[in-house]
Amino acid sequence: MARVVVDVMLKPEILDPQGQAVQRALPRLGFEGISDVRQGKRFELEVEGPVDEAALGRIRDLAESFLANTVIEDFTVRVDEVAEAAK
Amino acid sequence: MTARIGVVTFPGSLDDRDTQRAVRLAGAEPVALWHKDKDLKQVDAVVLPGGFSYGDYLRAGAISRFSPVMETVIEQAKAGLPVLGICNGFQVLTEAHLLPGAMLGNDHLHFICRDQKLRVESAETFWTSDFRAGQEINIPLKNMDGRYVADEYTLDKLEAEGRVVFRYVARGEAAHGYGNPNGSLRDIAGITNEAGNVVGLMPHPEHAVEPLIGTGRTDGLPFFTSILKKLVNA
Repeated sequence: MARVVVDVMLKPEILDPQGQAVQRALPRLGFEGISDVRQGKRFELEVEGPVDEAALGRIRDLAESFLANTVIEDFTVRVDEVAEAAK
Repeated sequence: MTARIGVVTFPGSLDDRDTQRAVRLAGAEPVALWHKDKDLKQVDAVVLPGGFSYGDYLRAGAISRFSPVMETVIEQAKAGLPVLGICNGFQVLTEAHLLPGAMLGNDHLHFICRDQKLRVESAETFWTSDFRAGQEINIPLKNMDGRYVADEYTLDKLEAEGRVVFRYVARGEAAHGYGNPNGSLRDIAGITNEAGNVVGLMPHPEHAVEPLIGTGRTDGLPFFTSILKKLVNA
């Protein structure tokens, strides 16, 4: 078993009102100096078998067709090395 | 033989019954279609109704798009089957790439429910021929994810090809249903594909088909009479 992490973020040019709402709340909490917040999604996929290039390729296809909507979102796919090392 | 118009029910659909009723009032025969069934029962057109299919999990319309019924709808829409997506149905159509762009959360982050003034920009589609271009209509709007976005190239292309079908009427009192209610780019409320057989919009024509309820007007009925005429005259 290995964990693959897919991070999905709105493209930079897309307005993110949720991120803005979080950013605006920060001064009230005593956090200064944060000029922008963008909110995204993180998927953790527990993969059975080896995470080789073929497996990562399939996960990239999955991310592109389903986990992210590439009209509005960018994504990255990576193997979670920390989860790997803990075993 | 009257036209048979299919209405898809997904888990979480809310407006399938109202849509069937609107189809019947327009003089066509509504046919219930089920999300797990690839069979479209030989209908002449399909409506994807509003609601929160699959809980809007992941993104609104993202999971519905991969349902068995959508496999057939996507294939046949590309071959010319008339399809109307209302609200969640519009979201499904963008996720399925039958219409360009995408839907995001309203810019003000609130659910909105009100009567909305729209301007008909195109009476050239299968679903809007009973309107006239420039006509102002008033139909209910209710959604969380109603913000239409697309890149500048796509927006320019839509405008140039006359594929913006409805726009929110920006000027006027919000209390009277005017204004862009969700931050949609260029005030776009509805669009069509190149062939004009696929139309999607956020507001709800099926809730405005009888004078007794909704906005007190029947501004939604021409959607259904338009397609009926198209099918009968075909």
